[in-house]
Amino acid sequence: MLSVTTEPIDVMAVTQAVRSRRAGAVVLFLGTVREITGSLRTTALTYEAYEAMAVASLKEITREASDRWPLEAAAVVHRTGRLEPGDIAVAVAVSSAHRREAFEAGQWIMDTIKQHTPIWKKEMRGDGSAEWVHPDPGETAGAETSPDTAAGQGAES
Amino acid sequence: MNITVQFFAAARDAAGCSEITIDLPEKAVVSDLKRRLESRLPALQTLSSRLLVAVNQEYADDGAVLHPGDDVACFPPVSGG
Repeated sequence: MLSVTTEPIDVMAVTQAVRSRRAGAVVLFLGTVREITGSLRTTALTYEAYEAMAVASLKEITREASDRWPLEAAAVVHRTGRLEPGDIAVAVAVSSAHRREAFEAGQWIMDTIKQHTPIWKKEMRGDGSAEWVHPDPGETAGAETSPDTAAGQGAES
Repeated sequence: MNITVQFFAAARDAAGCSEITIDLPEKAVVSDLKRRLESRLPALQTLSSRLLVAVNQEYADDGAVLHPGDDVACFPPVSGG
């Protein structure tokens, strides 16, 4: 299951897509819209995708993750359109025989989506302004990111 | 040859349209396309150094050669998640 959708993400369906008898671990990551970033309040994020390339990118990223870690399965669904604080923007599910591989691969897949997959978000703020979110300099293609620096404006992932 | 370019996100806002068709000489490369786009749509210059180009759903560098019928898109750095 690798897709971009305007519908609310069915978290159970994404999780079930990677479950199997061979897996001893299933890791699910949800990126959700964060209301407060520093002193700014986000009222909504509008996500836009170049869908054909985004789906191709998700296929390539999960294929590469399967080369790096012994995964049973991986699934990614990214939502587009207008989302409000608390809404789920992206779900990544990974299964493997043991938990370490599932945790590592899940983080790598999410970091790599943020660097490569052609999806953008526009942030609507409490003061009425709206602006396309620019990625952090540390998150440009090819850069390593740590969990401490991986937060973009208004979204947890 | 005619190349149709789709714009996304801040590039579409700057361009003021979601796509444009540009006439380029045979064997033109991505940097030729970027120059032509910026002269047709000067507002794109505000994104200039950050503008990315994809050809047939893959990132293309400035030296990549364009061919008739290529699926070309132009957009700023991604910010999903």
